[in-house]
Amino acid sequence: MGDYVLLAISCVLINNILLMQYLGNCPFLGTSKKMETAVGMAMAVIFVLVLAGAITWLTEMFILKKFGLEYLRTMSFILVIAALVQFVEMFLKKSIPALYAGLGIFLPLITTNCAVLGVCLINIKEEYTFIECLVSSFSYSAGFGLALILFAGVRERILLARIPKPLQDTSIGLVTAGLLSLAFFAFKGMA
Amino acid sequence: MAKTLTQEFTKGLWAEIPPFRLVLGLCPILAVTKSVENAIGMGAAVVFVLVGSNVLVSLLRKIIPSKVRIACFIIVVATFVTVVELLMQAYTYPLFLKLGIFIPLIVVNCIPLGRAEAFAYKNGIIPSFADGLGLGIGYAMSLTALGAIREVFGSGTFYGNQVFGPSFQPFNFMIEAPGAFVCLGLMLCVMNFVGKKA
Repeated sequence: MGDYVLLAISCVLINNILLMQYLGNCPFLGTSKKMETAVGMAMAVIFVLVLAGAITWLTEMFILKKFGLEYLRTMSFILVIAALVQFVEMFLKKSIPALYAGLGIFLPLITTNCAVLGVCLINIKEEYTFIECLVSSFSYSAGFGLALILFAGVRERILLARIPKPLQDTSIGLVTAGLLSLAFFAFKGMA
Repeated sequence: MAKTLTQEFTKGLWAEIPPFRLVLGLCPILAVTKSVENAIGMGAAVVFVLVGSNVLVSLLRKIIPSKVRIACFIIVVATFVTVVELLMQAYTYPLFLKLGIFIPLIVVNCIPLGRAEAFAYKNGIIPSFADGLGLGIGYAMSLTALGAIREVFGSGTFYGNQVFGPSFQPFNFMIEAPGAFVCLGLMLCVMNFVGKKA
């Protein structure tokens, strides 16, 4: 049990997917201008990533490994993720419309979020067991959510500040992300 | 004809230079630019994938039904990424290890997919080739520029050669994650500044 807690802490804080592993930065900058969209994106990522982590792990073990097709990993994972996202979207629309409305347009965007594919590949590369894979998928996506929501909070304040013209928008966003990343960098001391 | 072709090619080098003007494909640009060598390797991989997928999508544009086009684009891009992955594993193994997870992640780097949708699906083979090559080289150039800045200040070397004297203290901040964000942000600021004047 202790191992899982350690794994979770390391995935959320020390190896934070956005700020330390540099994955999922496009939605990070794209959806962090407003708190609402940031929360929506964070929820959608947590939801999809846990499912995708489990399914790609099963795909790897029972299809790719079994038939010696590891070289098709990239292609099969992205297809599995795309299909999964589509399926989740249809399912939510039918059965849980409230959640569907909440996640809104963020669901389809997740297919091209490199955090999702990235975490699935990390799970395989680190040779996690199924449970470890679930824990790491959940905590990586929770780390994504944490960083995204913190960043959105900072960015809402930045809107009120007077910023030199060339620095506006994405540019100041990146510099702010750098400072936030510096804060997370301190967690490296825990490792 | 020749003139438009040159235009398709050169727009990728400045007017629409990918990570700065379009703010797409940020993850690899932050992750692999610790050194010039990594940046060039990654750039070359992206050029190959972009040119390949653009040409193939453009060849198949009459066959691919528009309803499932995104899925088809993803498969085309993933095919080329797999090719690059296997080639790099075979011929440049140390580089393959350094770039690691970021090679398969070219699939979800929005640039090849975006170009397939925005350009190759609507244009002929030769313009698509020029477009892919131009944007790819533009992307590789930005990677290399950022890689050069970070490597020179972060480890005091350029392409593995010492730049400063032995008394140089490496500025570690630059090769770690925070430095990547700040450095890219400042480069974007400079690009905006120069672009506004022109």
